[in-house]
Parts: sequence; C-alpha cells; structure tokens
Amino acid sequence: MLTSFQIQALLVAALWTAGLSLIAFSLGGAVGLLIAVMRVSANRVLRAISFTYIQIVQGTPLLVQMMLAFFGLSILGFSIEPFTAASAAMVIYSSAYFGEIWRGGILAVPKTQWEAAECLALHPFQRFWLIIVPQGLRISTPPTVGFMVQIVKNTSLASVIGVAELTYTSKLINNSTFQPFTVFSLVAVLYFCMCYPLAWWSRKLEDKLNVAHR
Amino acid sequence: MSPIVKLNKVSKSFGSLNVLQGVSFDVAQGSVVAIIGRSGSGKSTALRCMNGLEKINGGEITVCNHHLHQNVTKAQLRALHLDVGIVFQSYNLFPHLTVGQNIMLAPKWVRKQSKAEAKDLAAEVLGKVGLAEKFDAYPEQLSGGQQQRVAIARSLAMQPKLMLFDEVTSALDPELTGEVLKVMENLAKDGMTMVLVTHEMAFAKGVGDKVIFMHQGKVWEEGDGEILSAPQTPELRQFVGNGL
Ligand SMILES: Nc1ncnc2c1ncn2[C@@H]1O[C@H](COP(=O)(O)OP(=O)(O)OP(=O)(O)O)[C@@H](O)[C@H]1O
Ligand SMILES: [Mg+2]
Repeated sequence: MLTSFQIQALLVAALWTAGLSLIAFSLGGAVGLLIAVMRVSANRVLRAISFTYIQIVQGTPLLVQMMLAFFGLSILGFSIEPFTAASAAMVIYSSAYFGEIWRGGILAVPKTQWEAAECLALHPFQRFWLIIVPQGLRISTPPTVGFMVQIVKNTSLASVIGVAELTYTSKLINNSTFQPFTVFSLVAVLYFCMCYPLAWWSRKLEDKLNVAHR
Repeated sequence: MSPIVKLNKVSKSFGSLNVLQGVSFDVAQGSVVAIIGRSGSGKSTALRCMNGLEKINGGEITVCNHHLHQNVTKAQLRALHLDVGIVFQSYNLFPHLTVGQNIMLAPKWVRKQSKAEAKDLAAEVLGKVGLAEKFDAYPEQLSGGQQQRVAIARSLAMQPKLMLFDEVTSALDPELTGEVLKVMENLAKDGMTMVLVTHEMAFAKGVGDKVIFMHQGKVWEEGDGEILSAPQTPELRQFVGNGL
C-alpha cells in the first residue's frame, strides 16, 4: 500500500492540477472573451488578428505549446519557472477555444434582440454588452463547461516540463513503489472528482436551456 | 396642429423588389392610425421605416420633428428612438433579464435615472398593463399575452411621444389577444399617438381614428373606420370580405 506521505503528495499534486485549471478558466476566460469580441468586431484588422490567433493555437498540439513556452523561452535567455510556463501555455490554449465557442454564442443571438435594444435608444456599446454578450455566453454555456472538463484533463501535459501536478507526481511515486494499479487508480479517482462535477453541471445547464428554448 | 408623423412619397425596395412605392400619409397628434392590408403589402416595412429600422430609398418621413431620409445618421436615429417606441409581433423581451430589469434597463442606461426612480417607473407602467405582480418573473415564465404586455410596458417606460405596434396580437390565442387589445385601447384613451399594423378589423374600426389600407406597396384607400363598411375599391372590398 501507499504511505500516508505518498498519499499526501498526491493530494498536494491534485491542488496544483486544480490551480492550473483555475488559472486557465479565469485568465484564459478573460483573454477568450477579448478574442471572441475581436472575432465579431466590425473592425477587419481585429477580426484578422483574432482569427489567426485561433487558427495557430487550435492548429498546434498543447504539448508543443507547453514545450515552446518552457524550453523556447529558456533558450532565448529568459529563466522561467515550469509552473509559469505551463500557466502561460494553458491560458493561450484555453483562450483560443473559449474565444471560438463564445463567438458562436454571440452570433447565435437573434437579430431581433439587437433591434429591440436599438429601439430603446441604447448605444451600440450598451446593446452589445448588456443584451447580446450575456445571452451569447448563456447560449454557449454547455460547450463552455464541456471544454472546462478538457482543460482539467489537459493540465496533465504540464508534466512534460516538470510541473509537479497530479500526473507528474503519480509517475514519480509509481517509480518508487512499483504499484501502478494502486497509484494510477487513485489518480484516476482524483481527476474524476474534479471533472465529474463540471460534467454534471454541464448536463444540468443543457437540460435547463432546452426547457427555456422549448 | 401639424401632424406628428408625415410620410411623403416614401419608397423602399429590397433589391429589385419595390416594397413601398410612394407611400404618403399623416398621423395627427393623439390619434390612432390602423394600417391594414394583405400579407406582403408592405405594412411592416412602412412601420419599420418610420423608426429607421429600414432606410428609405426615396421620399421623406418626419416623425416627432425628426427627419428621415436616405442619409440619416446613427445619432439622428438614436434621437428618434428616444421619442418613438415600437412593439413587435414576437415581443422581443430580453430573456436573460427579469420583467423589472427589462423595463428599467433603458430608463437607467439611456435616461440616466437612479435605481429608485427607474423602479418606481417600472412599477407604474407594469400596473398600467395589469402585471404589477410579475416584476421579478422571467419572460419565459409568462404567457404570450403577458409577455406582450410587458413589451408594451417596457416601451412606455421611455415615455415615447409615439408608439408603433406591428401585429402585436398575431402570435396570440384569441383569449390572450383580448387582454393586449384592452391595454392598447386604454393607451389610446390616455391620448397616446399610435400607429398599428393589425389584422383585428373590429379593433381597427372601433379604436382607429384613421384606417389605411395598403395594397402592393401603396396606400390604396384611407379614411375613418367607415371605409371598412363601405369600401370604395374592389381590393378593399375583397380584403374586408375575406377578413370578416
Ligand atoms: N429584409 C427584407 N429583405 C428582403 N425582402 C423583404 C425584407 N423585409 C420584407 N421583405 C419583403 O417585402 C415585402 C413586404 O413585406 P412586409 O413585411 O412589409 O409585409 P407585410 O404587409 O407586413 O406582410 P405581413 O402581413 O405578412 O406581415 C414582402 O414581399 C417581403 O418578403
Ligand atoms: Mg408584417
């Protein structure tokens, strides 16, 4: 069996996984909203920049982004902590996907909502932020939460650059205990405990939205 | 007194489709004008042109001293929207906001009213449409007729000088139609100037000071409610015949 010290190490590692995920949710979400707004902007340059950003990020593996953030910057002479590099990569990765998901939601808001807001003499800025964006985000809640589950699982890639999150730590412990079944079962349970509430929440929201749009 | 709305030879086309072909009519202050006509005759388009949702291709429109023409600016349109309210067939309430928030939004953000002022105002207009108790409900929790009355209240909260209604009862069951028409009748009694596109002939005749029959993008016949009893043109005769 595992020692209490080893179990404790896994629990601490789970906190790093959760921390990395929360950074991706919050900062990635903030940048993602900016990207989504640029994607639907009337300004052609902003649209082009955000489009290119999304294409590049979605067209390269997260693993490679992690390596680039860590080794790339190190080679250029910046010393960077593995966790910082992993956070940066997670933020870039998640912002591109959030941006694309929310762009779809924003565009799915019916044109009549714009008209109703315009006829109440709201400024274009107010129409967008008070009426369109909240509804667009609401429409995209199920895919958003679904993607959040992916984020939690994909933080495991930070292990390749030496972040002591759950996957990395479990490999270390396995190397010293040779109890792969016990170690990785426990790790699977820990991941599941983080992902399941999100998946459950996503399903619930989807049901709720389906009722609202009946 | 000069009319509050004046359309002068207004034309509007979508591509090669000439939807309005020289439409002219006036709306007197405090009067109710009902626009009737077959589907596709251009009624909604005429109404949408009157508050700038569609840009006209020719002629001119004056609404509450705002002039609409081909080159009207966004700022001019916004000034117009401060004076003109519109209610749509599909209600178009904001589904993510409660009834109260729907109504208070524009008074707060556009008229810069305080929260307390906006709340009092919202309670007042909700009372007018008979839905005072629905302040905290979400639109999806209301019947179609109730939603439409909230839409009217939301528009009223901006204290418009003119209100436009585009077939506001067409999506409703007959029982719910009555409650919305009642609200509109009360507004008319209070002296609100109203232009409404409707299929409710009895309402047009009973409440309308003027009835306009549109046909093929033109004002085909115009007069008081009596034109529905004694149509001058075969087109209106046929339309009334089918409608009643
Ligand atoms: N945005 C648009 N683009 C293209 N054609 C349009 C547009 N809006 C309206 N039309 C066309 O213009 C014509 C008149 O439409 P309008 O909606 O004004 O008719 P209406 O009299 O309100 O009819 P209904 O009673 O069915 O509402 C129709 O042939 C319609 O298809
Ligand atoms: Mg119409």
